[in-house]
Amino acid sequence: MHLPHLLSLLIWLPVLGAIAVLVFGRQANTARWLALLTAVATFLLSIPLWTGYVPATPGMQFVETLAWIPALNANYALGVDGIAIALIVLTTFTSVLVILGAWGPIEERVSQYMAAMLALEGLLVGVFAATDALLFYVFFEGMLIPMFILIGIWGGPRRVYATLKFFIYTFLGSIFMLVGLIYLHMKTGQFSLDAFAHAGLGAREQAWLFFAFLIAFAIKVPMWPVHTWLPDAHVEAPTGGSVILAAIMLKVGGYGFVRFSLPITPDASQEYAWVVIAMSLIAVVYIGYVALVQEDMKKLVAYSSIAHMGFVTLGLFVALALARVNANPDGARLAVQGAMVQMISHGFVSGAMFSCIGVMYDRLHTRMIEDYGGIVNVMPWFAAFMVLFAMANCGLPGTSGFVGEFMVILAAFQDSPLIAAVAAFTLIIGAAYTLWLVKRVVFGEVGNDKVAKMKDLDLREWIVLGAFAAGVLAVGVYPKPLTDLMEPAVQQLVQQLVLAKM
Amino acid sequence: MIQFNPADLATMLPELFLLGATCAILLIDLFLKPAQRDVTHWLSLTALLVAGVLVWRGAPEQGTSIAAFNGMFLRDGVATVLKVFVLLTTGLVFLYSRDYLRQRKLFVGEFYLLLLFATLGMMLLVSAGNLVTVYLGLELLTLSSYALVALNRDSAVSSEAAIKYFVLGALASGLLLYGMSMIYGATGTLDLAKIHAVADFSADSPHRMLLAFGLVFLVVGSAFKLGAAPFHMWLPDVYQGAPTAVTLFVGSASKLAAFGMTWRLLDGAMGGMNAHWTQMLGVLAVLSLAVGNVFAIAQTNLKRMLAYSTISHVGFLLLGFVNGSASGYAAAMFYMISYALMAAVAFGMIMLLARAGFEAEEIDDFKGLNQRNPWYAGVMAIAMFSLAGVPPLFGFFAKLMVLKAVIDAGQMWLAIVAIVFAIIGLYYYLRVVKVMYFDEPHDKAALELPRDRGFRWVLSLNGLALLALGVFWGPLLDWCNSALMVGAR
Repeated sequence: MHLPHLLSLLIWLPVLGAIAVLVFGRQANTARWLALLTAVATFLLSIPLWTGYVPATPGMQFVETLAWIPALNANYALGVDGIAIALIVLTTFTSVLVILGAWGPIEERVSQYMAAMLALEGLLVGVFAATDALLFYVFFEGMLIPMFILIGIWGGPRRVYATLKFFIYTFLGSIFMLVGLIYLHMKTGQFSLDAFAHAGLGAREQAWLFFAFLIAFAIKVPMWPVHTWLPDAHVEAPTGGSVILAAIMLKVGGYGFVRFSLPITPDASQEYAWVVIAMSLIAVVYIGYVALVQEDMKKLVAYSSIAHMGFVTLGLFVALALARVNANPDGARLAVQGAMVQMISHGFVSGAMFSCIGVMYDRLHTRMIEDYGGIVNVMPWFAAFMVLFAMANCGLPGTSGFVGEFMVILAAFQDSPLIAAVAAFTLIIGAAYTLWLVKRVVFGEVGNDKVAKMKDLDLREWIVLGAFAAGVLAVGVYPKPLTDLMEPAVQQLVQQLVLAKM
Repeated sequence: MIQFNPADLATMLPELFLLGATCAILLIDLFLKPAQRDVTHWLSLTALLVAGVLVWRGAPEQGTSIAAFNGMFLRDGVATVLKVFVLLTTGLVFLYSRDYLRQRKLFVGEFYLLLLFATLGMMLLVSAGNLVTVYLGLELLTLSSYALVALNRDSAVSSEAAIKYFVLGALASGLLLYGMSMIYGATGTLDLAKIHAVADFSADSPHRMLLAFGLVFLVVGSAFKLGAAPFHMWLPDVYQGAPTAVTLFVGSASKLAAFGMTWRLLDGAMGGMNAHWTQMLGVLAVLSLAVGNVFAIAQTNLKRMLAYSTISHVGFLLLGFVNGSASGYAAAMFYMISYALMAAVAFGMIMLLARAGFEAEEIDDFKGLNQRNPWYAGVMAIAMFSLAGVPPLFGFFAKLMVLKAVIDAGQMWLAIVAIVFAIIGLYYYLRVVKVMYFDEPHDKAALELPRDRGFRWVLSLNGLALLALGVFWGPLLDWCNSALMVGAR
């Protein structure tokens, strides 16, 4: 048994919390505690989602449907499968840590910061829970507003440029999707994603829709060559903004491919899979090299995010070829599963990396690699965490980074050894840029006097990084609960791909 | 043969009441001392409220249309919807502008009377069943508007704006009248429904040329009044030059009426030729979207920026007409209502920030508003995001409905053009948000709010309505739809 309207609660509790923080949060500490309380409550409420999920039952669970716009046949329809649950729990988990992480560093307009974070959390849960395309779109676009404000107010020196670029870039992508959705509505007379998947579209229609979706989600993921907003947004965003952006918002793009591109336009996806695979491989290799030469830590991690997200898109589109051309549904499942694990894992790893940079930034107010050096001598605890996350970032076995990438490469090999070989490059490049970063920042002689005065983690920072570390290790050592959770959904998706073949 | 039927008076009751009330207020105002001007204010609001109730209560049953005075005056669903929102936005104008006018020594009876007469004109216009009534309503509206724009007669900018408005407006009225005369010549009737029935546009019709010219003139006249490019020249100057209270009126209520007129003329009378005018409007729409959005980027004056943004919104509105069917007009009407409510917030905010001797009409005047007053910065941000069409705000759903109408009509390329310009438009709305939230204020002191508490409350409600209607917009859409299923033939 579970609470009724659990999904609605998970969406609207943070939003209401945001309003409460704005109203009652005149005192900075009131705002902080209120926000933390809301975030923790939301996280606790999201756990029954996982425990209450019945893997044996196919399709969406925790379904809620309410007529929204009868004239358009649009509904307030919510429902989740294993993939969505994993992402929702990731969202609520990360939100708690982000709010905890902003406790000290954010001193100005605390209530607005906390409110924006909570609103963002609610909207993100909404994106993952919506089964109505119009509702999805509303959440998908609505989350730009709090993020725009977050980067613009609390960001770095070039924050205005970065946040405008972020907003306009992502808006540009998604509005093409809107045209696609309206077209699908014209075909089917409703906005239900399920109906869209059974719309019986012709090849030409599918191709147009596929590219409309591709623009939207490729920008969100972001894939090469439409990734240029991400480094700017990441560099200028406050730590919390970067963490949410990397850990969750990018996943919305991957999730969009799973919910829209693959089920609704399977044939076009198959036909143009090479485009996506090529873009993913370029992201993995080329962006990896770009990351290597960065002098700004945040930029480095931002580029590494793009490279890692390349594995998600690679896995998803390799699965198509496996399922439909090679008649290898097991391989396809492995690929999709790998892509999904990579999403979750990257959520932990990138969130942790940005939190680490935030910890350093709070002490020295610089993100440049050259300003640091030998941190291990003054901050041993911090150094330990940082090295762990760095290892996860290069995909060391035993950490979460390994699981997803390994599964995707394994699956890719079944399709084409060449793709697998190129993708496997990441193990070298990823290790190169991450370890070189660690070497220059963490190890060696103490860089300068300022570094010598840095204090080790306080309790709050310890909790944040510790929680991320627990996530990284849990998925890395024993990913089975996670894969079990997502398996039915993955299986269903692959089945759909096979059956829908024209 | 003109026959008089006493029941016709009952059909026209809201207009007759407003006329009587306006005359009474005119007389009462004569005997008031300047200090007692509030009486006029409240009486005017009451008059609008009662007229609104009369419109609502006497509304014809869904799907029917009541004609009065031999079809001169129609009372149908569209008229009801438009009148309700015209009265509502005019009421907002009154509520928002009292302090603003007082500070500028413009708090005079004329403002109220001219506005009430203009409202009467709008009500007549949206109910017109005959070319004569269209013209009558239009002139009542525009003549009052010219005078309103010139209300601040000591200001050179205002006078310049009024003259521009008058000259171009008179030209547009002339064109419209010329078009009407051609159509009369071709059909021998002034009644809109009869024109629709009689007008013969087939290839062998002897009146084909005459009708085509008449149609072009009607389209041009309507485009002038709406402010669609390339007939938009008056709009930026009028918006900037007029006192903000009047700009608010011209930008919200009178746009609703202009929509009503365009719909009556094009669909009501010339519906048989919609294959022709949808193309013309398509061109006008694309031009308006381009001109409005691109020019708005360069503006530093907020009122002028909003003027160009109006042009782009008119472009979007016209896209609804391109569909040439009831659902398209319903989307356009829905769009116009949403625009009127959003414009009311934006201009209301300009008046909220204005003080004696300070207009707050530059974008820079909004710098750091979030630090000075987070609540009203939020209200303005809602209005800007809504105008830009970002969900979950009202403006997005209005755009959605119009886009849907365009796509349903099979005009995919028009939809693409519209969204490309919507992205360009996003920039200048975001800039206002940026100025309010990301910039440091010139003056860190808390914002000095006007004393008029009613103004502050209603403005806040108006802003929140954009959010609330972004979630619960179904009923309003249903209302627009049900109003138009009748109007469409």
